[in-house]
Amino acid sequence: MIYENLPDARGHFGPYGGRFVAETLMEPLRELEAAYQQLKNDPAFRAEMDRDLALYVGRPSPLYPAERLTRKWGGAQIFLKREDLNHTGAHKINNTVGQALLAKHLGKTRIIAETGAGQHGVASATIAARLGLKCVVYMGADDVERQSPNVYRMKLLGAEVVPVTSGTRTLKDALNEALRDWVTNVDDTFYVIGTVAGPHPYPMLVRDFNAVVGRELIGQSQDMLGRLPDALVACVGGGSNAIGMFHPFIPFDGTAMYGVEAGGDGVETGRHAAPLSAGKPGVLHGNRTYVMADDNGQIIGTHSISAGLDYPGVGPEHAWLKDIGRVNYVSVTDTEALDAFHECTRTEGIIPALEPSHALAYAKKLAPTMARDQIIVVNLSGRGDKDIFTIAKREGISLL
Amino acid sequence: MSRIESTLAALKAEGRTALIPYITAGDPHPNHTVGLMHALVDGGADIIELGVPFSDPMADGPTIQLACERALLHDTSLWNCCAMVAEFRKRDSRTPVVLMGYLNPIETRGLEAFCALAQASGVDGVLIVDLAVEEAPDFAPVVRAHGLDLIFLLAPTSSDARIDAIVRQASGYLYYVSLKGVTGAALLDVASVEAKLGQIRRHTSLPIAVGFGIRDAASAALVGTVADGVVVGSALVSQIEKHQATPAVLPGLLKAQLAEMRAALDAPATAAQVA
Repeated sequence: MIYENLPDARGHFGPYGGRFVAETLMEPLRELEAAYQQLKNDPAFRAEMDRDLALYVGRPSPLYPAERLTRKWGGAQIFLKREDLNHTGAHKINNTVGQALLAKHLGKTRIIAETGAGQHGVASATIAARLGLKCVVYMGADDVERQSPNVYRMKLLGAEVVPVTSGTRTLKDALNEALRDWVTNVDDTFYVIGTVAGPHPYPMLVRDFNAVVGRELIGQSQDMLGRLPDALVACVGGGSNAIGMFHPFIPFDGTAMYGVEAGGDGVETGRHAAPLSAGKPGVLHGNRTYVMADDNGQIIGTHSISAGLDYPGVGPEHAWLKDIGRVNYVSVTDTEALDAFHECTRTEGIIPALEPSHALAYAKKLAPTMARDQIIVVNLSGRGDKDIFTIAKREGISLL
Repeated sequence: MSRIESTLAALKAEGRTALIPYITAGDPHPNHTVGLMHALVDGGADIIELGVPFSDPMADGPTIQLACERALLHDTSLWNCCAMVAEFRKRDSRTPVVLMGYLNPIETRGLEAFCALAQASGVDGVLIVDLAVEEAPDFAPVVRAHGLDLIFLLAPTSSDARIDAIVRQASGYLYYVSLKGVTGAALLDVASVEAKLGQIRRHTSLPIAVGFGIRDAASAALVGTVADGVVVGSALVSQIEKHQATPAVLPGLLKAQLAEMRAALDAPATAAQVA
């Protein structure tokens, strides 16, 4: 199918994607793309990658039947793809392992990363420690505040964490700052982007490294269930865990797909982080995609209880999948996500991160509309240990 | 011949280097911008680059980031920037003005509508920092159809192939980014700038302005020995930041700061090199 060939040679997914950066970065991006195209088909590189995913990350991650949640919510059977069981506790490590190996092959000695919730920062710091690379992580000053356990983890791993105080002091500003670092230190530095956004080739290569999730799921579904799932549900901030699960399923029309954005206080209030639900096409961070902007084209602040979803743009492949109608993009509120967080924790003994709690909240709505012999797989993209302080604070509980 | 082309041709004929100051529109307040533009001309500006503030200026250093934030406190929009140029044109029909900014504000308003308004307002050129030449084929004809020059960045990392592709789309002048980094960075190696300009000139006869890292009369004069124009931005914007609470002093300060660079640029080359 045509799906398989995207992005095109210029990094476009239909009208989205591309490479919108200042001239200084164009040649480094071209070099990165060329190196990736060569290495991705190199058997030695693939073997090194597969070995790291098995022995260091702990793949494959289980496909777990959530029988008690299924009974509680009624309707379709809920399965969880347990990316929370990966080393470092989220899907993010799938991508950092790949990009760090790329960095090593390109002879770079320093990696930089941006992070929102801190999961990508931790995953980057982790792989930097393992490969002996210097690591600098840019993090919005507000996120440093609300994700302090992850900040400490990064420091323990030897990374330098730089709080970013410009703009809205969140993920988008951390991304700007990482791009500024890269443009300044491009000779020795590899920029490990954490999501499927940024200029080409990043949306492609971050997708490819995360697509192990969807590929595994196809095999596991066939082995365990004898068929593919009826529906996939994943949360979408930048959209890396969702695209990792969705991409291999794009040609399989029998599997419906739902990308769940952060509705914050509710999309109708304007206080949310749901560009696909309520934004419009624009250009941000090097690619054309759906963004949240005002009438003058200024990017506007986002609101979500989940730092990892608090981003005003989204990966360009999602923008394209929305326009062609292959994926349904929906949103749930902070409150709905929090309810799902508690239900999953109490019913299954699994503490999910706030990000996939959004996916769980939508699965809760979707399941009762489907038959009991149908199957929903939720990408449980990360574990919730990092969020317990945020949740306690919101619920007025002091942990000190 | 566009206003930019004729200005640069006249300077070349006189053997002079163009002085191109940059300020962010709306900084410290939209009411001051037109006055500051006139002050820059009084100080010796040949072309003015007027920054269109953007919420996410990823190619700019802290100085211009903060300028954008100050301007956006007063909601300075792309439309306001055009209005400022129209106001400036009431007293100055000679000095070319280039709007410099990022793509999203333009896309949001629509390229065609923007170009029409820019032309009607007396804007001469557009420099879109995050519009790479690969994405420009749809833009260049629209921009040119409205009599506007489309100015592109070139960088130390630009290959011969890229230089070639860029000079085919560019008009007015080329803006060479003198170093790998963001605006306001220090350290400028004139020998490497000279070598790169030589490489670029093998592809084009367009004038080349050099920016990033020019902070005072001495560095301006030094770069002026190899470039057709020098762009000074963060050094001026720092003054605005420093005196934002007393904006009445800014026209005089900016004029004096620029006049010093003008004098250094116009001084005989030997004197400039000593400086």
